[in-house]
Parts: sequence; C-alpha cells; structure tokens
Amino acid sequence: MKKIIISLLTIGLASIALRGARAQEIQIENTINVLGQTKPIPIALSGFTGEGAEVLKFDLTVQGFSFVTPDAAQYLVSGSDVGGISGSLTDKFAKRVLLSRSYNGASLRRQAHAFANDIVEAVTGKKGIGQTKIAFKSQPSGYGAGEIYVSDFDGANAQRITTDNAIVAKPAWVPGRLALYYTSYALDNPDIFYHSLTTGQRRKIAAYSGLNTSAAVSPDGAKIAMVLSKSGSANIWVCSAEGTNVKQLTYGVQDSSPCWSPDGQWICFATERNGRRRLAKVPAGGGTVQYLNTTGAANPTEPDWSPDGKWIAFTSQMGDFDICVMPADGGASPSVLVGGQNPSWAPNSRTVVFNRSMGYRQILSVLDVFTKQSKDCARATGSSSQPAWAK
Amino acid sequence: MKMNQIVFPLALALAATLATTGCKHTPMKVTPIPGSQPAPVSDNNNSSTLPPGQPINNDNGPGANNNAPGGGPTASPDMFDNMIKDPAALAANTIHFAFDSAAIKKSEDANLSAVASALAGNANDKLLIEGNCDERGTEEYNRALGERRALAAREALAKQGVSPDRIRTISYGKDKPADPGHDESAWSKNRRDDFILLHPKPGV
Repeated sequence: MKKIIISLLTIGLASIALRGARAQEIQIENTINVLGQTKPIPIALSGFTGEGAEVLKFDLTVQGFSFVTPDAAQYLVSGSDVGGISGSLTDKFAKRVLLSRSYNGASLRRQAHAFANDIVEAVTGKKGIGQTKIAFKSQPSGYGAGEIYVSDFDGANAQRITTDNAIVAKPAWVPGRLALYYTSYALDNPDIFYHSLTTGQRRKIAAYSGLNTSAAVSPDGAKIAMVLSKSGSANIWVCSAEGTNVKQLTYGVQDSSPCWSPDGQWICFATERNGRRRLAKVPAGGGTVQYLNTTGAANPTEPDWSPDGKWIAFTSQMGDFDICVMPADGGASPSVLVGGQNPSWAPNSRTVVFNRSMGYRQILSVLDVFTKQSKDCARATGSSSQPAWAK
Repeated sequence: MKMNQIVFPLALALAATLATTGCKHTPMKVTPIPGSQPAPVSDNNNSSTLPPGQPINNDNGPGANNNAPGGGPTASPDMFDNMIKDPAALAANTIHFAFDSAAIKKSEDANLSAVASALAGNANDKLLIEGNCDERGTEEYNRALGERRALAAREALAKQGVSPDRIRTISYGKDKPADPGHDESAWSKNRRDDFILLHPKPGV
C-alpha cells in the first residue's frame, strides 16, 4: 500500500484518490474483529461467469466478504472473464473506483486469484491469500496407506508428491521454501522425512525407535519440533533442520502436535495433566511448561499459532470435533467456531484450513475465523486431512 | 511487478476522475486503460508439475543408531533388522483397552503371561508391539495414545522379566483398525495392542 501511495503522489491528478485511500485505512484500523461474529463486508459481483466467478466468490468469502445484491453492497465488482480476467472495484459509498484492471498470462483461475488479491488489498490494505498453497495427506480408504499432496489453497491443482503407498502424516512446510517435512511409515516405522519439492530429494530426519512424528518447522527454518517416544513416552523434542542436536523439551505422559509461536520463542502442544487433556507451551530452548486456559473447549489438541502471534487455533473434542480459536495471551475464552479438526492458519492470520467429516471420510474446508464463513475445498478422491498452509 | 506499480496508480487516478464526474451506483463497465498493458499474472513455479519424491533409503540418517545425547531407554531399531514377523504366533493374545485409556486391565494378565513365556521359550526371538486406537480421537493424539498403549504393554512385560531391549513398539494410531466399522463393537476391537513375534532370519 505504501508503494502505491508514493507513486500516486507523483501524479497530481490523484490527490482526490489519495485522500480517499487514507480515510479508508483509518476506517479499517478502527474495525474490531470479533471471532465468529464480525459482520462481513458486503460486495456484489457482476459480469463474471463460471470459473472466474467461482474463484472470486471462494477467495473473497474466506477473507471476510459476503456476496449480496448491488443495492445492499458497499463494494461493486464488475468485469468479465472472456479472454482473460478484467474488472473494476467501486466503493459505492465513497463513489470511487478503487481498482480497474485486466490480467493476462497463466490460467484464468490464477488471473481470478490475482484479481481477488487486488480487491482484498484495495479494501482492507492486507495482502490476499489467493496465490497460496497447502499440503495435506489423502487416504483412499479413510485410514491406512495414503500419500502427501500439494495444491492451491482452495484444493485446485492438487498434485501427489509421494508414491510410497505407506501411512503418512502431518506435512509441514519450511517457511518461504518449496520444501516439506512429514511422517511416513515407508520404512515400517513412523519416521520423519524432509522432502524438497523442487528436486524431489528426500532425507531421513528422525528415525528413532518408537514414534517419530508431527514435525513443525521453526519460523526461521532452522529447527524442527516433533514428537519422539525414544525416552519411553511420547514427548516434544527439538532438533536442527537436518535432524541433529536432538533435545527433549517435555516429560509428560502423552504429548502431541507441537507448533511454534511466530517469534520462535515458544512451542505450543497438546498434553495431559491430572488425567485431562490440556494445551501447554514450553520455551523453545527448554524450560518450565505453562498450561493454557481453554475453559469452555474440552479435550483440546492440535494447536496452531497464527502468524501475527495473536491467536491459537485448536481442535476441541466435545462429542464431535470443533475448530476453536482463542487469544494466544489467554485474555479471553476460546470461541467454538465450526465442526472440524487439524486447523492451520493462512499467512493473513484470519483464514484457517481444516478438515471436516463428510460421512466417514474427511474433506478440506477453509474458514474465515472472524465472520465464521467457510467454503469446502475442491474434492480429492478418498479422505483428505491434516492440511498445512504454506507461509 | 514494476509494470503493476505503474499501471495500478494510473488506473486509480483515471478512475477517480471518472468517479467524481458523475458515475453513480450502476455497476461499472470495465474501464479500458489507454496505452497500458494487462497486469501479467505469473505462473509460479509450483503450479507446474512437481518432480516425484525420490526413493527413501534405510541408510544412516539421524536416529538410525538411536544416537541422541542421553541415549533412550528404548531399543535401537537396527537390532530388529533382518527379523521375520510371525503375526500368527501371538494373535490370540491381543490385549484391549478402555476408551481413551492406556491402562492395562487386570483381565489381560493371562495374555501378557503368554507373551512373556513365548519370549522366554526362545532367547533369539524378539517382540514387536503394535499400539492401536479407535477412530474417536484426533489423528496425532491417537498416534501418541497408540504408542502409549504399546509402551504400557512393554513395561508390563518388563515386570514379568522380559528384557525391554527385545521389544520394539510401533503406533498406528487409528490407521490400522481390526474392524473398520463405526460403532462401539468395532471401536472396542480397535483399542488394542497386537503382539508380533520376531524370529531371526535363518543364517543371520
């Protein structure tokens, strides 16, 4: 946004637009986002058909917009997807065109994602998530052997990246790189592997006796948190990105699902205390375990810390599974949002990908935690779960 | 990107001019941008086909020799290389657990004794304990719970005199149900430890 404002300054004609943009930024900063209860931004779409409309609706719905009639909308998007995406965005209240643009190259889908990103940025000042990726596992029969997949965040363009026909689990991205860590039983034990998506090269990272699973990469990419049982119980350990310098961090009876705070100082995980499931955090360098208050969301597991540091999403099991989000500083009780498991934050710290039950299999779904709006991802065959959002 | 930065403000300025000169609520037609190029959308490299994962070899990666500082009380995995699995030998001695529990029931004593005597009967045999869960738990929670169940049986066998060095554990979480059904009858069968006797390969 800064870059755009500076460029505008060089054009005398744009002084009106500049004042408008500033006023709008202030308005957005004053908006308080309440989990699950924030009013979506009303927007109307005209002129798009088929895939272009589908992509725009998906992307904007999971970033806090809702589609209404032009009368009820604050923002109007009009344009065309004939021979490529072109369109404009008008703020009806301010009587201003915020954006008018056409796109070429790549696929129509990708152009529509780019347009959605421009709309999000023009309205909210935040970067859109339209061009981001997820990794996940998919199992043909809902249990047992499966493979790791990488796709667009909406499930489109899914590519299988393993062919081991083995049980796999918990893919995790290396921040800013086309590389994953994941668990595979390919060598007849749950072991952790590194997999470069650019070369296909794979390396064994942890293959101790017993459990080696749930790799989570530190924000600087230098360390891995994981679950090992080599000491006689499933606990949280850390090691270097190569698997060396292994250090035990926790000593509970049953610990699982480590994740990092975005400043790299803490590891949050699921544990058990006095016979009850709890979430806790431990300093990444080792130290005293602190238990988190998740009152109102029983049996918490699978925490994931938002990239802006403000929130922790997790799964609560109260009969069925629910996606919950709470402030990371413990300042408020968790909000129970929608049914599902395995939440993973998008880079925008407001959208979460998770899996939910459909019959006896799992499908991927994307949730805007502030408005509680969600959309199911493109269906892969079989059962898809444990999505990880590339950041 | 440079092109975008130039085109976008130009479009905005032009559009702002149009807007102030009386464009009302009607949805706008696409505003043509005189002399400008459409914004190019790059096909980022991961949308093209990713190379397949290369084979993973059972070579000496970290953990291959259990060589972490402090050493673990669990047995080294390479001690179990070249062993033949005999799933039939102790198939009748599978033990079962209560929901979300890794406590070994008193009623399983006879099964554990049978496993202990099988190991006592042949000093060269080893044991693989496979811990499993029903489907009612999150995936990684269950993977940890399955390991806890396997380790609980290992501890019980150690109390009966079996050296823990001879025992390897593996958790399948909810990935290897004995009964793929979705009711308590299936779940009660799935909350279990299976015992797999391991024989040395002939000639090794």
